[in-house]
Amino acid sequence: MSELFPMIAQSAISRRRGKVLIGPVDLTLEGHGITIVIGPNGAGKTSLLRMLHGIARLNEGSIVWACDQEEARQRQAFVFQSPVMLRRSVRDNLAYPLRLIGETRAEAGKLAEGMAEKVGLTYALSRPATVLSGGERQKLALGRALIRSPDVLFLDEPCASLDGPAMRDVETILKNAANDGTRLIMSTHDMGQARRLATEVLFLLGGKIHEQGDAAQFFEQPKTAMANAFLNGDIVE
Amino acid sequence: MADIWDGLSQAWLLLIGLDPDLVEIILRSLHVTLTALVIASAIALPLGALLAVRRFRIRRLTIAVLNALMGLPPVVVGLIVYICLSRSGPFGVFGLLFTPTAMTIAQVIIIVPLIASIAHQALRELWSDYHDLLISLNTTHFQRMMALLWDGRRALLTASLAGFGRAIGEVGAIMVVGGNIDHHTRVLTTAIALETGKGDFALALALGFVLIGMAIAVNLTIHWLTQTEQEGRW
Ligand SMILES: Nc1ncnc2c1ncn2[C@@H]1O[C@H](COP(=O)(O)OP(=O)(O)OP(=O)(O)O)[C@@H](O)[C@H]1O
Ligand SMILES: [Mg+2]
Repeated sequence: MSELFPMIAQSAISRRRGKVLIGPVDLTLEGHGITIVIGPNGAGKTSLLRMLHGIARLNEGSIVWACDQEEARQRQAFVFQSPVMLRRSVRDNLAYPLRLIGETRAEAGKLAEGMAEKVGLTYALSRPATVLSGGERQKLALGRALIRSPDVLFLDEPCASLDGPAMRDVETILKNAANDGTRLIMSTHDMGQARRLATEVLFLLGGKIHEQGDAAQFFEQPKTAMANAFLNGDIVE
Repeated sequence: MADIWDGLSQAWLLLIGLDPDLVEIILRSLHVTLTALVIASAIALPLGALLAVRRFRIRRLTIAVLNALMGLPPVVVGLIVYICLSRSGPFGVFGLLFTPTAMTIAQVIIIVPLIASIAHQALRELWSDYHDLLISLNTTHFQRMMALLWDGRRALLTASLAGFGRAIGEVGAIMVVGGNIDHHTRVLTTAIALETGKGDFALALALGFVLIGMAIAVNLTIHWLTQTEQEGRW
């Protein structure tokens, strides 16, 4: 397997019906660490992640991974802000990405059970995914995204409806994945979580990357006044 | 009045006694319509899925055509099939006119638009649900269609059942292309038309009861399927 990183975005812009959702973005992602994307509502966090992953149209500029672009795509996964539940059992949801790449039903099912254990959904394996609670859905979406051991995992506020213990579990799963070599790029509204996980921070404002930096430094002493205000809990628009 | 009561009681006797003529007609009806249903579903369900996942430019046109075809009077479909299958028509060499196969063909043409359009409605909704995930997983168009067809199977069964209901009760087209020939192309609806015309209410009523029974069964099944679908059970 060839190396995916660095990923280089140059003047990347994504529009929808003529309106700029995000960009222009100039960004280089190196192959290690956890990048946390923060910013107020509507700043473009979701749009940025979708554009980098390649599911939002890239209208201008370029996003280039270090390897073949098609291969790069196969090695990524995405956890959506509102998780998509396939109308199947939890087991079949987890197994689905494996089935797509030709894994047998039995083998995929076995791996799905292992993953269910990891994300704490073993008790729900045979339930229809559509009856799960909000938190269970997010865990399922996380497990389904991890099951192919992606090299890059995008997460859009994966802990939005989780309580304390569940959030701790998810963070542990994410840290383990990062230790196993999965590159995480994740948006969050939870500054505590951002501090706990981030090695790098992207602060978005008004559809642009307002500040990018090393996490320790960013939280200690942000370079821009806006980022400072945001960290202090002031209302930033 | 006496005639009708007489007819009713005789109809009942025919049903209970499993009258051979009656059974033969029922079985032929089922054979023609179930064959049509299988063929039509094999065409219409994937078509519905394809229309849901692809944004091709002709999609609007296809949907418009489907809707127009749904409004086509069956007897006109019968006429067109008749012309195509008649000895001088393009498919005349197969000698299919006035056979159960001709009736099946007519029914397929009548119910494909209906099934495809109901299927498309349901799958479009499912697709808007699944869109992000399936795009993110880098699925092929075929895989997307398969996911929709499998996870939407309840709604699709409903679509097929609606097609069955339409086909089994249809009379105009199959009368034209089948000819209502005794022991050959006579089915429930055409037999009812004939027997009523002759004033023989007994057989007509017995056949009518069977049709009504089937219609009720189909509708109850659709109702039950929709309900379990809404409750998210499967
Ligand atoms: N499909 C769309 N069509 C039109 N506008 C959109 C679309 N998606 C997003 N936008 C707009 O783009 C802007 C950025 O949205 P985005 O979802 O990326 O923000 P966000 O930072 O993720 O916000 P939140 O914290 O609320 O999730 C918003 O103003 C939003 O209204
Ligand atoms: Mg968002």
